Amino acid sequence: MSSMTPETGRAPAVSLRGVSIAYRVGDGARYEAVRPVDLDVPDQSFVAIVGPTGCGKSTLLNAAAGLIAPSSGSVSIFGEPLAGVNRRAGYLFQLDALMPWKTAIDNVAVALEPMGVRRGEARERAHAMLKRVGLASFADRYPHMLSGGQKKRVALAQTLIRDPKILLMDEPFGPLDAQTRVIMGNLLLELWATDRKAVLFITHDLDEAIALADRVIVMAAGPRSHFVGDFRIDLPRPRDIAEVRHDKRFFDLHRDIWAALRDEVSRAYAQADGVAA
Amino acid sequence: MKPSRALVLALQILFGVALLVAWHFAANIRVGSATLKFFLSAPLDVFWRVVKLFSEGEIWGHMWITFQETVYAFVLGSVAGVLCGFALARNPLAAAVADPYLKAANALPRVVLAPIFMLWLGLGVWSKVALGFSLVFFIVFFNVFQGVREVPATILANARMLGFNERQLFRHVYWPAALTWMFSSLHTSVGFALVGAVVGEYLGSAAGLGYLIHQAEGVLDTTGVFAGMAILTAFVLIIDALVTVIERRLLVWQPQGAQTTT
Ligand SMILES: Nc1ncnc2c1ncn2[C@@H]1O[C@H](COP(=O)(O)OP(=O)(O)OP(=O)(O)O)[C@@H](O)[C@H]1O
Ligand SMILES: [Mg+2]
Repeated sequence: MSSMTPETGRAPAVSLRGVSIAYRVGDGARYEAVRPVDLDVPDQSFVAIVGPTGCGKSTLLNAAAGLIAPSSGSVSIFGEPLAGVNRRAGYLFQLDALMPWKTAIDNVAVALEPMGVRRGEARERAHAMLKRVGLASFADRYPHMLSGGQKKRVALAQTLIRDPKILLMDEPFGPLDAQTRVIMGNLLLELWATDRKAVLFITHDLDEAIALADRVIVMAAGPRSHFVGDFRIDLPRPRDIAEVRHDKRFFDLHRDIWAALRDEVSRAYAQADGVAA
Repeated sequence: MKPSRALVLALQILFGVALLVAWHFAANIRVGSATLKFFLSAPLDVFWRVVKLFSEGEIWGHMWITFQETVYAFVLGSVAGVLCGFALARNPLAAAVADPYLKAANALPRVVLAPIFMLWLGLGVWSKVALGFSLVFFIVFFNVFQGVREVPATILANARMLGFNERQLFRHVYWPAALTWMFSSLHTSVGFALVGAVVGEYLGSAAGLGYLIHQAEGVLDTTGVFAGMAILTAFVLIIDALVTVIERRLLVWQPQGAQTTT
């Protein structure tokens, strides 16, 4: 995997070197979720990671976000070693992360407070951002009054309004239905096309990964997960998520990547049933 | 199928009337030369006594005293409960040290403290406030403590990613979470503030609804006792309704079962 060098001359947006992560479980026991891996996400590129459930995708993303410290190895962000929380990254969580006691617009506007933006201006900008994700008329709703897809849009607006250079996304569209996923995917690609950030996108949906990304990385089933495949997605852009799936090239890529993924998925299930390891 | 509102209301009224009628006849049962009125009073007597109390106007003063005691106990108990709950939730060492003492203090039936409070604070308003405080404090404290400790990990992680500092974290995450839990126990804590006030008055004072009932009991004035109880019940219901209104306003963001409309 050391061949993953940045295409641009600059330092990659996210760079993991020999990163492994072990959790402490119970009394003194140790669970090595991810064994040492290397990963580079070049600036402005869209990298997707797929892998069976429980293989360590969120774990790896949290290390890139600085939410957990790696057990070994180092994380650097645009060439600088990461200490503490990754200030240049926005994170879209797998689970609901909106503050339930704030309206949609307040949830978005509050993201500007740490940057010292005045309240009035923050609300104006939040409104504009909600409009971009198509939720202008839902600004005053509380999260529980929004649908799953709408909540994800608010979360997206909350993340994007800070204009992070890196976007970390953990199965952001996981709980949504198929049509909504397509709409959200297209929205994401549209936003990304006008403002290319480095994206590290995690999903268990291979179709979604191929349709969105420049590169798809396949993770092995845990424990001691690692990368078992790295595929360049050379489908032309701009893409439409729904249509790109009918492309012949998409079909070939899907077949190749699935061949790598399938074994890991069945291994993961076997382990969950207590057969292996 | 849900019974219709009109039916429920009609049956409720019917039930109430039936109770009053039963009470009325029971009170008029003859035992020797007297009736049972001495033990049971009678609904009409109670009604006229309530009317008399209000028309003479003295009752307002008693209600005002009880109301004041309730409000003080609630406000002071809540403020102290929120502050302590917060401080301990954010400081695990202090929480661990304080734990057995808080549990012990909370295990003690607070009524036994009433005489001590009277010794310390006299027979006036403050000994009742102290009793109410000792009840309200623990409810609010445990709720806030829980609320702060159980903020979902994802919301905290998100706040960190958004770059919140300690102050912003407090203001936008911990504080609303704590208040939510406090508000969710609003009915209970207001109720206990009132219990503290009334029980305190009952055990020794010169004013308030509890005092009124105690006075009537002292002279075996059953009608007076029932009249006091009726007023106290109405008083509690009104305060509870006020709390419900406040709660609705404060917790607009909480799902209360979808509100649909045509
Ligand atoms: N805090 C923790 N303590 C101990 N073990 C953990 C912890 N968090 C995760 N794990 C374990 O690490 C492994 C990887 O978890 P992770 O959440 O990264 O999986 P994932 O690939 O994101 O799965 P999914 O697709 O279901 O979200 C799992 O086996 C999990 O049980
Ligand atoms: Mg995950």
